[in-house]
Amino acid sequence: MPESRTIVIDPVTRIEGHSKITLHLDEHGNVEDARFHVTQFRGFEKFCEGRPFSEMPSLMARICGICPVSHLIASAKACDALLAVKIPPTAEKLRRIFSIAQVVQSHALSLFHLSSPDLLMGMDADPAESNIFGVLGKNPELARDGIALRKFGQQIIERLGGKRIHPAWVVPGGVSEPLSQQDRDEILKTVPEALAIALRSLEWLKSTTEKFRSEIESFGNFPSLFMGIVKKDGGLTFYDGELRFVDASGEVIADRLDPSRYFEYIGEKAEPWSYLKSTYYLPMGFHDGVYRVGPLARLNVCDCCGTPLADEELAEFRQLQAHAVRSSFYYHQARLVEILYCVERIERLLNDPEILSTHVRALALPNALEGVGVAEAPRGTLFHHYRIDEQGLIRWANLIIATGQNNLAMNRSVLQVAQRYVDGDKLTHGMLNRVEAVIRAYDPCLSCSTHALGQMALTIQLVGADGAVLDEVSRP
Amino acid sequence: MSSTDHVKTLKIDGRDCSARAGETILDVARENNIPILRLCELEGLSTVGACRLCLVEIKGARKLLPACATAVDEGMEVTTNSERLQSYRRMIVEMLFTEGNHVCSVCVSNGHCELQAMAQTLGITHMHLPYRYPKKQVDASHERFVLDHNRCILCTRCVRVCDEIEGAHTWDVMGRGIDSKVITDLNQPWGSSESCTGCGKCVHVCPTGALFEKGRSVAEMEKRRQFLPYLTLMREERQ
Repeated sequence: MPESRTIVIDPVTRIEGHSKITLHLDEHGNVEDARFHVTQFRGFEKFCEGRPFSEMPSLMARICGICPVSHLIASAKACDALLAVKIPPTAEKLRRIFSIAQVVQSHALSLFHLSSPDLLMGMDADPAESNIFGVLGKNPELARDGIALRKFGQQIIERLGGKRIHPAWVVPGGVSEPLSQQDRDEILKTVPEALAIALRSLEWLKSTTEKFRSEIESFGNFPSLFMGIVKKDGGLTFYDGELRFVDASGEVIADRLDPSRYFEYIGEKAEPWSYLKSTYYLPMGFHDGVYRVGPLARLNVCDCCGTPLADEELAEFRQLQAHAVRSSFYYHQARLVEILYCVERIERLLNDPEILSTHVRALALPNALEGVGVAEAPRGTLFHHYRIDEQGLIRWANLIIATGQNNLAMNRSVLQVAQRYVDGDKLTHGMLNRVEAVIRAYDPCLSCSTHALGQMALTIQLVGADGAVLDEVSRP
Repeated sequence: MSSTDHVKTLKIDGRDCSARAGETILDVARENNIPILRLCELEGLSTVGACRLCLVEIKGARKLLPACATAVDEGMEVTTNSERLQSYRRMIVEMLFTEGNHVCSVCVSNGHCELQAMAQTLGITHMHLPYRYPKKQVDASHERFVLDHNRCILCTRCVRVCDEIEGAHTWDVMGRGIDSKVITDLNQPWGSSESCTGCGKCVHVCPTGALFEKGRSVAEMEKRRQFLPYLTLMREERQ
């Protein structure tokens, strides 16, 4: 009698963190179920308890070496709420530049270093060549462009924050140092090249996408909700705004939600087979409330980008699919549109007459015992929520990370790709790579998403020769 | 009284040095620009010899002696640096690191910390001893300052500056051995101390991030100690 089988992809390669995928096959060899397991374990929400709140931005930034800036920003905003101060306008603009410089470098890393091998050489390419060195051999200009874009973002972070990874420059109440004229001018000099690369990369990507028609149809191409923060005028923003949910038809189903009340709209649920919690839109429940965040979602929820070149690209992007752009394959293109926006925006902010002001920090002691900070990280909306005691020591912290919010969508996408491409009788590299590639499209950051400590998700199954589960132990 | 009663001659690391009677080896080494590592000693405060980092070898002596608390003597031959001394110093600093919770990357004193600088000077890149990860408290009850026991190395500079310079004697040490800790008044929250004048001298003499000003973020706490020799001098002149 044919038996059901499980195919395990472990580790998933070219993503940020440690994970595995299991594909469960039925007796006919068809994919019955698929799961994306995050296998690493952190504990930030617990060990920050008892620490002075003023340490939180740098402490929380250590969650991730790829997007420390996003954690710095969200954490500092939560601390601003604890101080109950309005930070100086120049500090806010400098934080905005810092934040979107990181979006450029992180998106460049995802697209060029991790995903471009699949896009350039195809999903069936030899795994030995499916990496940035393979891209360097086949299309050196593309690889150089990717490296240059990442450098553009990283160097802005270094000029503002003092170092590229884990700068301590963003502090509660503002930033610790103003921007010098020399640094402003040096950054401005690098803008034209970054703009040219962003435009040229978009042309390349759009010309390539047609080859992946089959993948576009099956890479997480399903109706779901999309969430992101938008400015008061509905424009794209990474720093500050109100939450908006859009459904698969592109209709706004919830708008102008106060991000500090996130727990009224977002539910969290732990699954026993992964350290990564899943979130869902609370009013619609766990099964129907699946929503996506990140570049694809941001471009689906916003009314406009607010910069001329990015708005042209957004208009074109919106034509890709009717209503909301649903296929997660388009995360790649959305990333490039956002890079273009970020470069345009950085130039505009640097030319602001206020940007060199030396008034960049509001000083205060805590004036509130609870604070929420929300920002758009490269991978999606990031929430930091702290409670302190009268002395300013952290008593409780909760973080909701982009990758956790994409968890349900990622699982659904893996299943869709596996059902389309994986045939249990004859496995090929190309099939399995597509399963990994759909995960890469979301650019999950697993170090970020497994920051929490709490219920340790663990299940041990004792399985008999006939496939029946004889015993099962679960730690809730 | 002959001049030899007032002036002593000795060798430090092979260099001929002269000193006034009653001076310590550390005083003489400092005058002759010979570096000797230390964490508890601070110019302007009394000597306790607590950290043992300034241990030196003295020819003819059976044990190592602290340079900060050993008076010079005629004909002394002192070695401040040897492989044996360096290995002891590395061990002492490693023990300080593993005994507390010193996480430089998120510390207010990162980049301005004497313990961190000491580890760099001694070339310590990792620990050979297991970390103890003790559960220690943070006292943020004071209006302006914070005490983080996790980063305290019990150098007692705070105790001495408060007693000898400020004259308040808010700080003291309680407990024994591994359970020792600095306390304010009768082991009560700093904010409720009646003797503390809020002068902040303790904060600025602290070699690590154990004492810091409220609101300082990571790497922002730079200590200012220039005032100390000046204040000591002023007090001595008044007396």
